[in-house]
Amino acid sequence: MTGWERFADSFLNARVAAEYLPKIVEGFGLTVVLALCIIAAGLTAGLALAVLRSLGVRPLNWLIIFAVDLFRALPPLVVIALLYFGLPAAGLSLSGFAAAWLALSLVLMAFSEEIFWAGITAVPKGQWEAARSTGLGFLPTLRLVVLPQALRITVPPLTNRTIAITKNTALASVVAVPEILGAAQAGVSFGFNPTPLTLGAAAYLVLFLPVVVLGRWVETRFAWKR
Amino acid sequence: MAAIVRAHGVHKHFGALHVLRGVDLEVAERELVFVIGPSGSGKSTLLRCLNRLEEPSGGRIEVDGIDMLDRRTDINRARQRIGMVFQSFNLYPHMTALGNVALALRKVLKLPRAEADERARAALERVNLADRAGHYPGQLSGGQQQRVAIARAIALEPRVMLFDEPTSALDPELVGGVLQAMRELRESGMTMVVVSHEMGFARAAADRVVFMDHGLVVEEGPPEAVFGAPREERTRAFIRQIDRH
Ligand SMILES: Nc1ncnc2c1ncn2[C@@H]1O[C@H](COP(=O)(O)OP(=O)(O)OP(=O)(O)O)[C@@H](O)[C@H]1O
Ligand SMILES: [Mg+2]
Repeated sequence: MTGWERFADSFLNARVAAEYLPKIVEGFGLTVVLALCIIAAGLTAGLALAVLRSLGVRPLNWLIIFAVDLFRALPPLVVIALLYFGLPAAGLSLSGFAAAWLALSLVLMAFSEEIFWAGITAVPKGQWEAARSTGLGFLPTLRLVVLPQALRITVPPLTNRTIAITKNTALASVVAVPEILGAAQAGVSFGFNPTPLTLGAAAYLVLFLPVVVLGRWVETRFAWKR
Repeated sequence: MAAIVRAHGVHKHFGALHVLRGVDLEVAERELVFVIGPSGSGKSTLLRCLNRLEEPSGGRIEVDGIDMLDRRTDINRARQRIGMVFQSFNLYPHMTALGNVALALRKVLKLPRAEADERARAALERVNLADRAGHYPGQLSGGQQQRVAIARAIALEPRVMLFDEPTSALDPELVGGVLQAMRELRESGMTMVVVSHEMGFARAAADRVVFMDHGLVVEEGPPEAVFGAPREERTRAFIRQIDRH
């Protein structure tokens, strides 16, 4: 066997690929579901925290800032491990999927809160004053006047951060979630051949390349308006 | 005549800075009061205390019979009766001119959309901008934006309008349209408090001129008297200075 043939037999083995493709496809589906759940929970919680913070209640804001800094400082894998291996000791055990979802949602919440907050504070004070002077209350002003402007400037950084954090779904393989990487690794150990990893990489590309391209488009589109 | 605005002994501190030091101001129904004074004398702060965009540190403020400083006063309801126009327009950039005017009609007065739009259109008509209803602020000149801001305030049919240097941010050729809108508003009987450096407008339209300095009302009277024969030396110095421009 030449070097190339050996390489092809290891990484591009058609027989192994055919055998493990269904598992990878299942992993693909699981990754998509996990990512969507993280995005939904993380962005909602991040926005909710930013809105709470805008109320300007001192002790509450310290608490928010503490939580946000905590989850921005901890490596995501550490948060996943803590929730998966640590919580059972506290009498609460989570499935691998739930632990990965909760951990990455908390991380996305923390980063997106900072981005939403920056967006809210970037809206000029005159916008608040104009709306309040017409008799509009605090929350309607926030919702109808300030947030639409804030969200527009947060879209590019938010897109990038969301992509970065959703890629961490691969970390769920550590807590036995058969998402793409988990399925690929299982394939490698059972099939004694690393071809499933190649499939896994291809699956990640199929999933995230369009998202990255979309992110780039969003960034240029929102950059020059305003 | 009944006073719409009654402010007595209004004080305002910003930290150690004592910006208003016991200001008295009464504005009668249908009166146009013009407020002048050097930069930093507290004119904007006074206007902003009247609708409580700033919290006064002391004094009494009544607008249309409502005690503005009473904790039990519903401030959002009280503000419906006080229109405000800002130097920098502060239009909502993500809404059309019509949307800007209709927002409070829908969300504060709770009018149904069609009725709010109709009233918003009528307000735009009054500032001669009916044909710009669908434009976004970014597509309007500064003068047009300021007229939309005026329409946004008058659409709520306030009892008094506060103007804080409404033409200072405008190119000279755009000032006329805004002053015209204000003149028509005045002719319709609106009570107005105007902070501005447009002395020509003051001479032509003001019932009374109030000169402020260092957080106090120093002198007030009809425009002919304050501009033509000021009693106080500080007023004289200020008027000499602006007449030079
Ligand atoms: N939010 C604030 N915090 C601290 N100081 C303030 C604040 N707003 C106003 N001031 C100060 O209060 C003083 C009066 O300000 P104000 O804006 O009322 O003056 P003005 O008469 O409107 O001046 P101008 O003609 O320049 O608009 C100034 O010294 C200003 O620096
Ligand atoms: Mg001012």
